[in-house]
Amino acid sequence: MSESLFATTALDERNRKVERLYRRVFLTMTLLLILPVFLILTVLISRGASAWSLSFLFTSPENGMTAGGVFPALLGTIFLVAAALLFSVPLGIAAAIYLSEYASDNWLTRLINLAIINLAGVPSIVHALFGVGAFVLFFRFGTSILAASLTLAIMTLPVVIVSTRESLQAVPRAFREASWSMGATRWQTIRHIVLPNAVSGILTGVILEVSRTAGETAPIMFTGAAFFLPFLPQSVYDQTMALSLHLFVISTQVPGVPEDLPYGVALLLIAIVLAMNSLSIAFRMYLRSHKKW
Amino acid sequence: MVETATPTDTLIEVEDLTIRYGEHLSLAIPEMSVRRHEIFGIIGPAGSGRTSFLKAINRMDLFDSKMDVQGSIRFQGRDVKNWRNVYSLRRRIGVVFPLPVGLPLTVYDNVALAPRLAGVSKKSRLDEIVERCLQRAALWDEVKDRLSSLGSLLSGGQQQRLTIARGLSQEPDLLMLDEFSIAVDPVTTMRIEDVLKELKNELTIILVTNLVQQARRLADRTAFFLNGACVEIGDTDAIFAGEVQDSRTNDYILGRFG
Repeated sequence: MSESLFATTALDERNRKVERLYRRVFLTMTLLLILPVFLILTVLISRGASAWSLSFLFTSPENGMTAGGVFPALLGTIFLVAAALLFSVPLGIAAAIYLSEYASDNWLTRLINLAIINLAGVPSIVHALFGVGAFVLFFRFGTSILAASLTLAIMTLPVVIVSTRESLQAVPRAFREASWSMGATRWQTIRHIVLPNAVSGILTGVILEVSRTAGETAPIMFTGAAFFLPFLPQSVYDQTMALSLHLFVISTQVPGVPEDLPYGVALLLIAIVLAMNSLSIAFRMYLRSHKKW
Repeated sequence: MVETATPTDTLIEVEDLTIRYGEHLSLAIPEMSVRRHEIFGIIGPAGSGRTSFLKAINRMDLFDSKMDVQGSIRFQGRDVKNWRNVYSLRRRIGVVFPLPVGLPLTVYDNVALAPRLAGVSKKSRLDEIVERCLQRAALWDEVKDRLSSLGSLLSGGQQQRLTIARGLSQEPDLLMLDEFSIAVDPVTTMRIEDVLKELKNELTIILVTNLVQQARRLADRTAFFLNGACVEIGDTDAIFAGEVQDSRTNDYILGRFG
């Protein structure tokens, strides 16, 4: 009796082999996944790092963009992203608060949710053409920082709404009920109980949105980003250069660009995205260590 | 101490109350009243409509679109649906939930929240309220040195007393406790029970409990809810002495079912 209890059966042996097999399959898939990331980084660093210098970051392109730095494009990208956030964050958070805290579950709410999901799936070139039609032509903003950042804002809005809504829903309902039962209104409850506990998730979503917005090319190339500008933009009605479009231009449109220049610009774009993502991860870790419940 | 109830002695009068969730009838009470300064125990198995009853009193049904309340519940002589506003009604009623809900605020802010929402902003006044409420909830001695630590990180029993302190901070006329001892150790349970006996002098308490003996220890009168009906209401002593209208009450108290 006790002998058979401890002996390994054929079934056990097979289970162990299958277990090992699956483990290896999943591990391989994961490693395959990070391979491109490593390859991209390696190529960019080895070929582009030599282009980096202080003057690369802080001077304008020269000699028909075959030399000089990327300062106007870097500044333009920062402007565009900041302006896009200015529109999309307040709007997105307000919409998410309504959907999560006020809206009752009826056909209208479901329709809105469906619309948001579909908006997130619209290809960026379609957003670009919408931006041309709506902001450049209809509202007569012209090809400008304003039109481009509004287009970016519309494109990133669903991401802000969804991530904010998820963060709000992660706050336990018991907290809300305790607050309501003390005679707090919905807004008082949101203000004092829900938002303070959702803010980490909301900010993480916003930061991830920044990194996505910074790299977009299609939505800005018809609405406000310029091929080349000798001057920095003076107002939101001016066009601006942007890193993503600049990369596209010097890689494909301009002859005689030294090889390390496009790689340097690409590396800069990736560095911005990675920096924003790291910031978001660090922030999340900080807040998690101060978790309140 | 058996008095005939006059209107001023009555805090809550229930008439023809029905609570439905969609098609499902959760609770129907033709008539019932809760007197001032009594501990009104409600016993009965899970799903008998006890929590729904509490929610109907402080109008939490407004947050649940599926919950439909018909009939009348008069609180201090006025139908809860016709109160000046629902927020002032809820401020008159403190609630303690089954699982302790320490809000993710400091201990101090947990207790000061309701007064602040009601417009109290003077620090000295808030300090006074916080200390008094924590003392009445028998928690002051344990937390007086860490008022600025998070309320949600206290132990379960402490958090439950914190929610009682929070409920008291509204200076309510009624305190409703929904199975407060479900996640609390026996020693803390006894402490809270002592607190409730003290509080009876100042306010009215509705105590929903799964523990028949807890109702026996605390309640002046006890109601027995079963399958959405109020089967029995009577003086606790009488009910536990076997003087019941419905034999199922006796069976439940003696542990034959439920």
